[in-house]
Amino acid sequence: MQDAIFTRMGDGERISMPVQEMKEELLEGTQDAAKKGRIPELTEEDLQQLFEILAEPGRIVSVPSGKEVVVTDDGCAKIFYSGPADGGAALPISRQNSVLAYERGFAADTVSFGHEDYSFKPAKALIDYEMQTYYTTSLATTVPCFYGSQPNLGLYFRPDGPHPNPADLLPHGRIDEAKAAQEEAAEQLREDMVYVGQKLAEVGCEGINFDTTGSAGDADFHATLMAVAELKEKVPLMSVEVGMSGEFVLGMHGGITFEGKRLAGMYPHEQADAAAAAGADIFGPAVNVNTSRSVAWNLARAVTFVKHVVESSKIPVHPNVGMGVCGVPMCVETPIDCVTRVSKALVLIGKADGL
Amino acid sequence: MAVAHGIASGIGGIRAAGDLVARMQVSRGMRIKEAKEYVAGCLRISVEDIADPVVMSELREDLDIGRVNAVPGAAKGIDAKFRIAELLDIKINCVNKFRERTGL
Repeated sequence: MQDAIFTRMGDGERISMPVQEMKEELLEGTQDAAKKGRIPELTEEDLQQLFEILAEPGRIVSVPSGKEVVVTDDGCAKIFYSGPADGGAALPISRQNSVLAYERGFAADTVSFGHEDYSFKPAKALIDYEMQTYYTTSLATTVPCFYGSQPNLGLYFRPDGPHPNPADLLPHGRIDEAKAAQEEAAEQLREDMVYVGQKLAEVGCEGINFDTTGSAGDADFHATLMAVAELKEKVPLMSVEVGMSGEFVLGMHGGITFEGKRLAGMYPHEQADAAAAAGADIFGPAVNVNTSRSVAWNLARAVTFVKHVVESSKIPVHPNVGMGVCGVPMCVETPIDCVTRVSKALVLIGKADGL
Repeated sequence: MAVAHGIASGIGGIRAAGDLVARMQVSRGMRIKEAKEYVAGCLRISVEDIADPVVMSELREDLDIGRVNAVPGAAKGIDAKFRIAELLDIKINCVNKFRERTGL
């Protein structure tokens, strides 16, 4: 056993960490998640296994044969054609070409694409184009093909949308107005998501991914849950994946409930219950990354949350493992040593159904 | 980054049976163990074979359900999805819509 382990900080910086310090980081990480989420800590065996994964000498690690899981994605074909906001390489090829390259060149289990602005509001304005693109792409793909989009309630507030901005109202103590603005905006968002979902289902959409759900807080999450419930009733053959934006639903409104439970303050296991109750087929928890702490600390937190949500969830759980969530460092060109360790730990210890 | 996750933990898409296991999760909400067992049962192989590209490429060729390798005339896309829906006894939205459009 080496005296120190090569690892990284949450922002990707390379560091060498003494063995004992890494074990302390793992313990502190799981204790932090358990305290915040009011969930069990990882066991001693889990922590030892997590340490061994982080301490593996190879640059790349992987799950053993037989333990593989399904990998879904959030518009990952964009890595080929998109720009810097999506970590894209800006190749001069179409969305369809990117999806097929991802399916056949990289042997993806599922594929997905979405509007370049990746939110329902701009997708609605170009829905005919999105329908045509989905139609032609689905004729060529063999693996399940998702249409991905963010609810992104923030686009419905001024200056981007018609509703008063709660971020302007709340500092002035105009709480009732801020709540009303969120309720009205959320209703418009729900309508848009159902409209886009139904239109895509008309051309045979196999699945829709509500990605980065709850980014604008509890009203954003509520609009998504209501849209999921309506779509599952109207177009049940279209699968629904709900991926979250963070480990904790922000109470920007504070009083919104779904099936009698307050959404503000929900942690992943409670979010999964709400998503399943709405009719979602797959749930994607997101666990925040603290860039000032080590990958060991961050990954211990992520595995703690994921292990508990997998145990309690009624539907398959695919943790979000993009940049800056579930232990993956917050940097554009994410190091493969950390990405593969996150992958292995969430599958083997967290028992995730997919990623 | 999704590619790194796919290599570390993924089943291997149409090189293996990744798409088929995924279909059982998205169509029936199956957990990973149940989905793998179901697919293995439909294919009459072991669960361990699901991620084996050697076993699966031969099987996919025999069943004509789409492979990575571009064999001329072999099914890909919607052709393969018709057979996958039948093989796994599931409904795939785009396959159903294709049937409606063509009157099949």
